[in-house]
Amino acid sequence: MKGFIRSLQVALWFMFLTFPIMVIKVDIVEKTVQWRWMNLVYVGIGSFVLSFVWRFLMEKKNKGIKAREESRDEKLSFIQKILTEPRYNRPLFLGLLLFVLVFPWMFSTYQTNIMISALLYVVLGLGLNIVVGLAGLLDLGYVAFYAVGAYAYALLNYHFHLGFWTVLPIGGLLAAIFGILLGIPVLRLRGDYLAIVTLGFGEIIRLVLENWDEFSFGPSGISNIPRPGFFGLHLTVEQATIYIYYLVVIMSLITIFVVNRLQNSRLGRAWLALREDEIACEAMGIDRMKTKLAAFALGATWAGFAGVIFAAKTTFINPASFTFMESAIILSIVVLGGMGSIPGVILAAFLMILLPEYLRAFSQYRMLLFGASMVLVMVFRPQGLIPNVRRKYLYGQKQGVR
Amino acid sequence: MDYFWDLFFSGLTRGSIYALIALGYTMVYGIIELINFAHGEIYMLGAFTGLIVAGICSVLGLSLISTLVLAIVIAMIYASAYGVTVERIAYRPLRNAPRLSPLISAIGMSIFLQNYVLLAQTSKFVPFPNLIPDFAFMQPFEDFIGPSELVIIVVTAVAMTVLTLFIKYTKIGKAMRATAQNRKMALLCGVNVDHVISMTFIIGSALAALGGVLIGSYMGQINFFIGFIAGIKAFTAAVLGGIGSIPGAVLGGLILGWTESFATGYVSSDYQDVFAFCLLVLILIFRPAGILGRTNTKKV
Amino acid sequence: MLPILEVKDLCMDFGGLRALDHINLEVFSDQIVALIGPNGAGKTTFFNCVTGIYEPTHGDILVLSRDDGQRKRINGLKPNKITELGLARTFQNIRLFPNMTVLENVMIGRHTRTRSWIFGALFRDKKTVQEEQETVEVSYNILKKLQLEKYVNEIASNLPYGAQRRLEIARALAAEPSLLLLDEPAAGMNPKETKQLEELILQIKEQERVSILLIEHDMKLVMNISEMVYVVEYGRLLAKGSPREIKEDERVIKAYLGEDHDA
Ligand SMILES: Nc1ncnc2c1ncn2[C@@H]1O[C@H](COP(=O)(O)OP(=O)(O)O)[C@@H](O)[C@H]1O
Ligand SMILES: [Mg+2]
Repeated sequence: MKGFIRSLQVALWFMFLTFPIMVIKVDIVEKTVQWRWMNLVYVGIGSFVLSFVWRFLMEKKNKGIKAREESRDEKLSFIQKILTEPRYNRPLFLGLLLFVLVFPWMFSTYQTNIMISALLYVVLGLGLNIVVGLAGLLDLGYVAFYAVGAYAYALLNYHFHLGFWTVLPIGGLLAAIFGILLGIPVLRLRGDYLAIVTLGFGEIIRLVLENWDEFSFGPSGISNIPRPGFFGLHLTVEQATIYIYYLVVIMSLITIFVVNRLQNSRLGRAWLALREDEIACEAMGIDRMKTKLAAFALGATWAGFAGVIFAAKTTFINPASFTFMESAIILSIVVLGGMGSIPGVILAAFLMILLPEYLRAFSQYRMLLFGASMVLVMVFRPQGLIPNVRRKYLYGQKQGVR
Repeated sequence: MDYFWDLFFSGLTRGSIYALIALGYTMVYGIIELINFAHGEIYMLGAFTGLIVAGICSVLGLSLISTLVLAIVIAMIYASAYGVTVERIAYRPLRNAPRLSPLISAIGMSIFLQNYVLLAQTSKFVPFPNLIPDFAFMQPFEDFIGPSELVIIVVTAVAMTVLTLFIKYTKIGKAMRATAQNRKMALLCGVNVDHVISMTFIIGSALAALGGVLIGSYMGQINFFIGFIAGIKAFTAAVLGGIGSIPGAVLGGLILGWTESFATGYVSSDYQDVFAFCLLVLILIFRPAGILGRTNTKKV
Repeated sequence: MLPILEVKDLCMDFGGLRALDHINLEVFSDQIVALIGPNGAGKTTFFNCVTGIYEPTHGDILVLSRDDGQRKRINGLKPNKITELGLARTFQNIRLFPNMTVLENVMIGRHTRTRSWIFGALFRDKKTVQEEQETVEVSYNILKKLQLEKYVNEIASNLPYGAQRRLEIARALAAEPSLLLLDEPAAGMNPKETKQLEELILQIKEQERVSILLIEHDMKLVMNISEMVYVVEYGRLLAKGSPREIKEDERVIKAYLGEDHDA
């Protein structure tokens, strides 16, 4: 009963709150006012129901915190168990890999293209995961490095006819250099200031690309960027798509491999420690600047690679592809998936890119749901969909470290 | 010379708006150490609410002055309501979470609110009526300062004065200052911290809405995205002046306004936003404490 | 013989507040030195200056480098550089890496003793693999020494309070320091735990051949194990001497031991 009244209050509050924006629409020029009363009803019912859900989740969360405090063993979730147990994860990974490999032969070029996007976001997500998830540096301008990669390919190709394979490493390297150049002055800053500076940097890059016509051809961008060559053969669009698809698959696998190795290394541990407590970290002899720069540069490198591939895939780029929203999407992939968690980031990338594609009816609500899910995940599941599990070191009799 | 004064006053006008929004950032940051990313969206919601009120008033045929007052008052009330609600949903549950969590939640909230307005209203720019009457006594100065500019500057100055007095002399104002200095201590001294935080959001949001309605009327059009850029610029202003400091926010707003105005006037108009962002990056790198902010050593 | 740590005329100002006022202090090798004084006397500030977290306003801090035996002035050096010279510390308010495992916490302590970087992480060459194995091994052995081995794979923040304090010591020891700085290691411990800690500190000193600079309020612990005691009050050095001398010093009794000091 108390819950009922509470929800009623909430519903009334939201009906009041959303009344002008949801119900009224005015046209100043025509001097007309449009009243959409039905929206008020939807809001009322919606918030009434959601407030029950909210309270339910809140209670569950609080109980969960208590339970965790009482029992010291952490309980692995179902998914984590499957992922960490070799007995289960081997066949699962093999199955997935097989599916990914045959995908372009089973589905249309259109579907393959969507899949390429999703995989590109896997690469981007994992790259940003190094910076945000592992090292705890909130980078809101990640898309700038993506743009560096994309424009590197487009411009180097336009002016010097350099091919995809030549530019791929150059793009990564350029992005890394940008990362270091930006990192040196800004990495001293506290977490949230860093976030704002990187956001500013991302916007500066985009605005420069938009306005410096002689350099970047302005808002109209660069078109006719060649697709990657295949031993000099001429490929049809379908063939080229399949080729790029495999390229992105390989790129994703390499990224997974690299990020996995990084996070189980001396450097990776230093990143995690930095994320937890910078002062203790320095007191333990970790060079804060050097370690952060490594994270920043490596993260940027991956954005650079992804940018080159993106340019080659779409054959056309302009500054509109590199807005803050893009950074926000990549960031929410990392956050939603679970900071520092490779399977989490992969899952989130697929959810974020594929769901809106296949739920066409919802696609206009995509960004709305995006924003809402970022808030909800932070409130109810701050560890993400598949939280990162710390590595366990096993001991043999003497020194057998496995 | 006229050109100079023209730029001077348009910079002052812009700067006033930045200052109004910057206050919300600075006050919230002072109290809960959070960059309230959704603050720009509150400003945008204020502008839209003002537009809706103005639209209804014009259909009802109310006078310009009463339309202006109604639009401002209702927009301020609604923006405060939004501000408080956002705090309750997205920030309060995260008060003890790691630092990045509320920031990410704030970004999510900002995206949500933008798209909420996009879907409920429109994705296009909509015209905003000019709510500020032409004053007769302004005629001789018309060349470099319009009535809108004058009203914005005066209203901002009044709002700042009221706010300063409020914080200095009222009980809740004192509680706010106490909480900003040391939240735990304030709690122990019997300050209702939840209350103080809500109040901070109410005041910050109301000022942002004031800025939103004024800028709508000044620019003549608004859309769902105006909060993003304005928010970042206002944040720049807050940092420039020294985050947490109220006079700092005003000073920062004005400096930013003038920088933009003169840079676009004398250098190039293409890069208007780039100047603001460069200023932001430069301050944060060279003087993160801002002009009026204090650098203090973190206690270990 | 030169002291491992020599502090001359150290001053530290915070705005108008002088938290340290011309402090002189020496620690020789194989010595346990205690720094005592009422709360707010400036003891932690002293540690922060010595370990590079604050840059002192005035004075010299001289350290014998662990590796080459050279004496270096470390004012203004970054904390990580100072740790590389052979100083390692614990914190009064525990600063573990709360979401990392116990073993990983200690492995972080090995950072100054290991070298591998991006290349090693990606390619896992022979040297890196060896280094990594050694890191795990050494860390595990340190945990054993501090009776923490049963927690190896636990998340650090899940440990009981006393164990967290010991883990901080373990982490510092992993750096193989020549001087270990302990900031109130017995704070919050009961008499039994304190007694165990006392034995542990002595044992560490013997086995690791490390000097110890200790901030502590528990007088019994201080008097039992230290060879030299420094007393500070209001940032000033009030007295220095052997535990017995300090116990009998009029000024100390008046200023410090006389009042309630169980905090
Ligand atoms: N970062 C700082 N900023 C300002 N004052 C500080 C700072 N750190 C310590 N102090 C002041 O220095 C004095 C000594 O503190 P501290 O060294 O923590 O004392 P102790 O460890 O002996 O209890 C106290 O008055 C404290 O408030
Ligand atoms: Mg202390």
